[in-house]
Amino acid sequence: MEILISLIKIVIVLFVLLTSVAYIVLLERRVAAAIQNRIGPNRVGWQGLLQPLADVVKLVMKEDIVPRQANKFIHDLAPIISIGVALATFAVIPFGNRIALFGHDIKLQIADVNIGILYILALTSLGVYGVTLSGWSSNSKYSLLGGMRSSAQMISYELAMGLSLIGVIMIAGSLRLDTIVEAQVAWRWNILLQPIGFITFVVSSFAETNRLPFDLPEAEPELVGGYHTEYSGLKFGLFFLAEYANMVTASAIITTVYLGGWQVPFVHSLGLSDVSVSIIQVLGFCFKVGMLIMFFIIIRWTLPRFRYDQLMNIGWKVMLPLAIANLLATGLVILLKWV
Amino acid sequence: MNLYDIVFYFFAFVTLASAGVVVFSRNIIYSAFALLFTFFGVAGIYVLLNADFIAVSQILIYVGGILVLMLFGVMLTNKVIDVEMKTGTLQTLPASVLVALIAGALCGIFYVTDWKIVRGVSAPATTTNSLGEMFMTTYSLPFEVASIVLLVALLGAAMIARKDRLPQIKNQK
Repeated sequence: MEILISLIKIVIVLFVLLTSVAYIVLLERRVAAAIQNRIGPNRVGWQGLLQPLADVVKLVMKEDIVPRQANKFIHDLAPIISIGVALATFAVIPFGNRIALFGHDIKLQIADVNIGILYILALTSLGVYGVTLSGWSSNSKYSLLGGMRSSAQMISYELAMGLSLIGVIMIAGSLRLDTIVEAQVAWRWNILLQPIGFITFVVSSFAETNRLPFDLPEAEPELVGGYHTEYSGLKFGLFFLAEYANMVTASAIITTVYLGGWQVPFVHSLGLSDVSVSIIQVLGFCFKVGMLIMFFIIIRWTLPRFRYDQLMNIGWKVMLPLAIANLLATGLVILLKWV
Repeated sequence: MNLYDIVFYFFAFVTLASAGVVVFSRNIIYSAFALLFTFFGVAGIYVLLNADFIAVSQILIYVGGILVLMLFGVMLTNKVIDVEMKTGTLQTLPASVLVALIAGALCGIFYVTDWKIVRGVSAPATTTNSLGEMFMTTYSLPFEVASIVLLVALLGAAMIARKDRLPQIKNQK
């Protein structure tokens, strides 16, 4: 029965994640169009709502081209690693509190891991493989450059990311994600307790997901398409999917760690039944994630791209010292029991 | 054979098979790549032993850090500078004698040691807290020594990387 419940949770989460990814692509195109004073895709279905479906059909129908000198095995494997890592991270994210349905007390989290935060960090550090290996195996200068840039970028920003998380871990006193969420009850959200850590973490998340203003691994004007220049058809689609899935996952992590996760303030004072409170909390989680995704999209279409040396300077000379200073300050405050 | 055994033998097989590829592959990229699966197999065995923190640290440090740098180095020298890199076998006889000695010693230790096995005890809920406390109390000396070794390695790497840049600056002046 436990396994069945887990399977149902996995299927639901995957379905919601993949569907939302498809519609985030549409949302991004419409928002981009609005920012650039265009109309955007609005022909397929009502307001373009069937556009993602048409895109997927197009990608599936396309020919799969592999460069002759490419390393076939790794070329095939790289997109699988990318999408696998992007989806696997979601396994530990608590998207709601417990809910009692059909006589079962169900925890709204696929895997309740003791070391949830470390698991997330470990998987983000694996994300670099998909990009690097795709860049290398394509045997193309543009791909290789994109792959190299991305490895350096992801490794650099991982440090700031990990260090900003330690502040949160110190406050919650646990590596479990649900304990961290429970510690942020009502308005005690970590964004208020850890504002600097929040900023460094969000900036690092942008760098880790390769989104603008940190999208140097796929900078179109310089690198054609970056690490996925030599990919076509469904394999390109997997990279595309992984990019957006990473964005959703990053938003979900930011929500869980800094924005109180599924906590909705004052929901208990409304006097609703337990099931409706749980549902409201899940919806609250989705709302916060959606707002962050909107933030990601607006940033992408309003800011220019950094130069590569600027990117590295920000990572090593601004973000890392800030994160360390935040860590020391947090330690001091906890030691002196000011909070 | 219960589920635990099946999972154990699966991870053991993954570890050994990929370690075989690491050693016997002619292409150094494949060797480096197969090491990924070796590390994963070992991490899986750690999870089976309820050592969750060590398992994730294994992935975080070895797979996410060290192996990326190794792949990075191999790929850059291979593709960018166009160095043909092949692995080969040298000094077969001394190597096999040494390997046989080490393997024999390990097997000997494995059979002779009085393993402290506790059955029927449930695993602790979290290992992280007790590990952290031990690092700061009982094992603080080895912990500090290890960090000094790492610091020295870091400084050494920085020195090597900076070495040939200094004369150039002097010449420009």
